[in-house]
Amino acid sequence: MIEIKDLHKSYKMGSNSLHVLKGINFKAEDGELVAIMGSSGSGKSTLLNILGMLDEADSGEYVLDGIPIKNLNETKAAKYRNKFLGFVFQSFNLINYKNAMENVSLPLYYQGMGRKERNEKAMKYLEQVGLKQWATHLPNELSGGQKQRVAIARAMAAEPKLLLADEPTGALDSTTSYEVMDLIQKINDAGNTILVVTHEEDIAHMCKRIIHLKDGVIVEDKKVKQVRAADYVQQG
Amino acid sequence: MKFLFDRNTWQEIYGSIRKNKVRTIITVIGVTWGIFIYIALSGAAKGMDNGFEEAFETVAINSMFAWAQNTSMPYAGFKTGRPIQLKLGDVQVLKNRIPEIETIAPRNVRGFFGTPQANISRGGTTGNYTVYGDFPDFTKISTKKIYDNGRFLNDEDIEQARKVCVIGERTQKELFEKGENPIGGYIRIDKVYFQVVGVHKFVPGGGFEGDGDIFIPFTTYRKLYNTGDDVMWFSIAAFNDADVIQVEKDVKAVLKNIHKVHPDDERAFGSFNLGEIFNRIIGFSKGITFLSLIVGIATILAGVIGIGNILLISVKERTKELGVRRALGATPREVRNQIIMESVVLTLIAGIIGIILGALVLAGIDGATQDIDFPYNNPTVPIPLVLAALAIMVILGTLIGLIPAQRAVSIKPIDALREE
Repeated sequence: MIEIKDLHKSYKMGSNSLHVLKGINFKAEDGELVAIMGSSGSGKSTLLNILGMLDEADSGEYVLDGIPIKNLNETKAAKYRNKFLGFVFQSFNLINYKNAMENVSLPLYYQGMGRKERNEKAMKYLEQVGLKQWATHLPNELSGGQKQRVAIARAMAAEPKLLLADEPTGALDSTTSYEVMDLIQKINDAGNTILVVTHEEDIAHMCKRIIHLKDGVIVEDKKVKQVRAADYVQQG
Repeated sequence: MKFLFDRNTWQEIYGSIRKNKVRTIITVIGVTWGIFIYIALSGAAKGMDNGFEEAFETVAINSMFAWAQNTSMPYAGFKTGRPIQLKLGDVQVLKNRIPEIETIAPRNVRGFFGTPQANISRGGTTGNYTVYGDFPDFTKISTKKIYDNGRFLNDEDIEQARKVCVIGERTQKELFEKGENPIGGYIRIDKVYFQVVGVHKFVPGGGFEGDGDIFIPFTTYRKLYNTGDDVMWFSIAAFNDADVIQVEKDVKAVLKNIHKVHPDDERAFGSFNLGEIFNRIIGFSKGITFLSLIVGIATILAGVIGIGNILLISVKERTKELGVRRALGATPREVRNQIIMESVVLTLIAGIIGIILGALVLAGIDGATQDIDFPYNNPTVPIPLVLAALAIMVILGTLIGLIPAQRAVSIKPIDALREE
């Protein structure tokens, strides 16, 4: 699914440049649920941005589902993001004047899907995240956990090859965090490839594989026994 | 262009405009005010234009009057203060020497310039009315609308010095019974019987004439009042393309020459130039139209710049939203189009509201000026001008929208997302 070879990235900070990624190599197969861990400044967000085509690497290869991702202009990147990728952000990033359903259907709008069709699809995904009855509510009428579930529904609505979650539980308390992770696990169970950036150990252990980044290189890459978030959710 | 006809585009635009209603309304007011000013002012000016045009409808626009007074300078052996008398023979000389003249109508009158009104009677009724001695050509300069079955004076009336007359509406009312046909009837003008051949409709605004005026053939007049070849004044119409002011000067010069008046004597002949007055009035209303265009465009421009300004702020506020949209797959082009369309839609809505308000005000003015005695009629703005104004606003809206749109796409999505 993902193949990365010798990825380098540095930022210019005034006169000196900051080398953030110093040769990253890894592969992820279809249906994997990978946690990318690391302290702040380790380069995990940069890596995610490059994977998300929001940023471009200085050198190295990035192949997504057999398609080499390079020489992207903004328009091409936007089309790829729309077709291949789903984003989940730490701060949800819902559009506050659109209701839950409209938020979920937004990527479908940019795919050029008709209104009726995309609303139906949006409702289907909202139902999957258990928020069907909240479809007409604006984001500020939803709790943090609900917002993140809407955001996940939005990311899934375009049926992406890869779901990228940047600290999806970073703004949530642990109970809601587990609910969100439960949802992510279920989506993964359905066969979707997911990359989660996190700095929380317990969240990382709910994935199937953990990659540790430190100072721009992968220091550890191990498969773990997945902890099911549902075990924590149900008892509560 | 396809996105223009896509319902989704409009829903996106509506969605983002409606989220900040108060600001949208305030933004829109500037442009609304501009187009309102433009429509109301230029419509009002047009109404004045129409009014004046209507007032001058019955008079040849490039016409003038010339009359004789007393000399103020000695010349060719004559003393100063000599009274000058225009003569019928002057007509041919004027026509020969000034090719710009289309028509000259020599006129005499009883009832003005110190002469008493004529005594008119029919049966037991009598009254005093103004009587003009005229040539048929006079109607080429000042149209006389004659009621059904009647006619104005004609050439044969002149040749044979017929005792026929054209009477006014009031004269008819006062001398004839209601329902009685005046045509063919007889009235006495200063004890001489005249047959009525026509009744003229009085149109206000055409100088000092009134609704009781009686017109008789020039030749009959001069026999009746023993005026010989004397003429009180000339009504002169120049050809449409002639410079009336120059014609006025030429006429005076020729008259001075004929009557042996010093060429620099400004007091010997008087004249009144309708064309000049008319040009001044038309110039005035043109000036107002032009002014309203300038003021309107300036205000619209200010309003559109206001919209651009607000959109610029709005784009700044929405940086994150636009970043999210781009992360979800909006191309720079789609983002740019959306911002531009927001600008155009705001401008257009503002413009349409302004046009409607302006039209309402014009309708109000029209209603209020229906019955007043002021040359004002049908204040309108031609549809092509309205459409042009709308087109200009679409163009301005697009141009001004380009600035915030360009700004919106110049921020990279990753930076936009990082913004808190």
